[in-house]
Amino acid sequence: MPDPTAGVGIELSDVTKRYPGQEHGAVEDFSLRVEPGELLMFVGPSGCGKTTTMKMINRIIEPTSGSITIDGEDVLSLDPNELRRHIGYVIQQIGLFPHMTIAENIATVPKLLGWSKARVADRVDELLRTVALDPGVFAHRYPKQLSGGQQQRVGVARALAADPPVMLMDEPFGATDPITRLRLQEEFRRLQADIGKTIIFVTHDFDEAVRLGDRIAVLSERSRIEQCDTPANILADPANEYVAGFIGRGAGLMRLALIPIGEVPLEAPDDSSAALGVQDSLRDALDLLVLTGGQRVNVTDESGSVAGSLTHAGISAALGAPRLPTGTAP
Amino acid sequence: MTVHTGQRNALRRFTTPIAVVLVLGAVFAWVGTLDLDSIESRTLNAEHLLDRTREHLVLTVVSSALVAVLAIPTAVLAHRVRSRIVKAVVIGLGNIGQATPAVGVVILLAIVWRTGFTTALVSLVAYCFLPVLRNTLTGLEQVDAATREAARGMGMTPNQVLWRIELPLASPVILAGLRTALVFSVGVATIATFINAGGLGDMIVNGLKLQRFSVLLVGAVLVAAIAVLIDWAAGLVEDRVRPRGL
Ligand SMILES: Nc1ncnc2c1ncn2[C@@H]1O[C@H](COP(=O)(O)OP(=O)(O)OP(=O)(O)O)[C@@H](O)[C@H]1O
Ligand SMILES: [Mg+2]
Repeated sequence: MPDPTAGVGIELSDVTKRYPGQEHGAVEDFSLRVEPGELLMFVGPSGCGKTTTMKMINRIIEPTSGSITIDGEDVLSLDPNELRRHIGYVIQQIGLFPHMTIAENIATVPKLLGWSKARVADRVDELLRTVALDPGVFAHRYPKQLSGGQQQRVGVARALAADPPVMLMDEPFGATDPITRLRLQEEFRRLQADIGKTIIFVTHDFDEAVRLGDRIAVLSERSRIEQCDTPANILADPANEYVAGFIGRGAGLMRLALIPIGEVPLEAPDDSSAALGVQDSLRDALDLLVLTGGQRVNVTDESGSVAGSLTHAGISAALGAPRLPTGTAP
Repeated sequence: MTVHTGQRNALRRFTTPIAVVLVLGAVFAWVGTLDLDSIESRTLNAEHLLDRTREHLVLTVVSSALVAVLAIPTAVLAHRVRSRIVKAVVIGLGNIGQATPAVGVVILLAIVWRTGFTTALVSLVAYCFLPVLRNTLTGLEQVDAATREAARGMGMTPNQVLWRIELPLASPVILAGLRTALVFSVGVATIATFINAGGLGDMIVNGLKLQRFSVLLVGAVLVAAIAVLIDWAAGLVEDRVRPRGL
C-alpha cells in the first residue's frame, strides 16, 4: 500500500495568471511536471513570478487559464479549504499567528483536521524537535519572543504538521543571516531525506537551489522556464546566457560541492595526516588543500582506513577539465 | 512579569477609584455643612441620588451594549464585502450620527416620536455607534495580510479566519472603541432629562434652572465620577482580555 504521506506528483499545464489591468501575464503558459518525492527549486530574480506560480497550486491565487493536477486530481475541482489542509504551505513573510503560542501555531492544521488533543500534543512535540527547537523552551512562547530564524523554523514545522504529501515553500529561509541559513538548509536536507515529500521550494539564491534541489527550474520574466534540470547538469551546461548569468561566478566551486570524493578516482596516499572521508565533497577537499597549502589530501573510507589521496589536478579532472601535466607523467 | 510593570499595574488599579472616593467624600462632606432649603433637600438625599444614578447607569450600559451588538456585526459585514464603496457608506452613516448635535437628535426624536427612555436610548445608540464601528473596521483591516494569507493557506474557511484570527487580533482596537463609546454615553446621557428620561442630567438642569449651586455641583461630580470609574473598569477589562503575544 502506498504511504499516503509520501510525495505525489504535481502537473502544471499551460498555466497563465494575468492580474487585472496587466498587459502581460505575471505567469504565462507555464508547464512543468514535479515527480513524486522530488524537491524542485524555483529560482529567478525578484518579480519573475515564482510566488504567483506557487500560489496557484494551493489556489491562494486562481489561475486565469490552464490546469493543475496533484496526484492526477484537478485542483480546481476540489474544495479549496480541503485542498489546502493537505498541502503544507510556508509563506514568504512567515505569517505566524501572533496571538497564538508556538504550539498553537503548529497545531493549526491538525486541529482543523479534527485530531485528538493527545495526538496533536505529541505531534507538536515531535515537530519542534525535528526543527531543533526545545519544546520545553519554545512551545509556550509567542512568535514575537522568537528570533527571525526560529520563527522560520516554526513556519516550516507548522507546514509539516499534518504530514501533507505536498509542500509549497516560499523562501522559507529568506529572513536569516548566511550562517543560520546554512544550518537551516543542512537540517532541512536531512529532514527531506527522511520524509521524501514532493516539495516546490522558491528561492532567489542560486547557491541554496544547488545545495537543496533535486532539480532546479531557472525562471525569467513571466515565469518562463529557461532551464529545468539537476543542479549538476545546469552548472555543467547552462542552457543559455540567461542561465549562465544567473549562476554567476563560482559555478566550478558549486559543482565541486555536489560531487562526493568517493565518486572520483584516487591516487596513492602520502604520509601527511590531513584526511577527509569518501562522503565529503570535492569542495571540502579543495578547501583543505588551500588551507594546508599541501599538494595532496588523504582520503579515508567508511571504515576509517586510508583509501587514497586527491590532488588539485584530480579535483579539476572531476569537472572535466583537461589534466595539467604533473611531475610524473602517468 | 517585571517589577516595573507590576508596580504600574498596581498603581493603575488603585489610584483612580481612591481619587474618585476622595472627591465624592469631599463633596458630600461639604454638602453636609450646608443648610439645605426644601428644594435642595428634596434632591440631595440618598434615595433621589441613587435613583438618578441608577437611571443614568442603565441608559449608559444598555446603550453601549446595544451599540456593541449592532456596530460590531455591521463592521464585520462591511469588512467581508471588501468593497470600498460599502465601507465609505457605512462610515459616512456613522459620521452623520456623531456629527449631529446630540441634544438636537434627542429633541427632534422626542417631537416626531415620543419622549422617554426608549427615545433617549435610540439617540445614545446613534451617537455612540461610530467609534465602535470605525474601530472594529480599522482593527479588522489592520490584520497583517500575511497572517490572513497564512490562515487561508492552512485551509481555514473564511469564518474560521474571522473567529480565530481576525477578531482576536482586532480585539484590542475593538475594545478601545467600546470604551470610548461607554465614556461618551455617560456624558451624552445627561441630556436624557430634556425628554423625561431621567438620569443625573435632571440634577444639573434643575440646579441651573433653580439656581441651586449645590444640586448642580453634586450632579456634575457624579457624572464625572461615573465616567472616570467606567473608563477605569473598561481599562481593567481591556488588560484582562487583550490576547497575549501581541
Ligand atoms: N496582487 C497583484 N496584483 C498585480 N500584480 C501583481 C500582484 N502580485 C504580484 N504581481 C506582479 O506579478 C509579478 C510576479 O510577482 P511574484 O510575487 O510572483 O514575484 P516573485 O518572483 O515571487 O518575486 P520575489 O522574489 O520578489 O518574491 C510581479 O511583476 C508583480 O508585480
Ligand atoms: Mg515571491
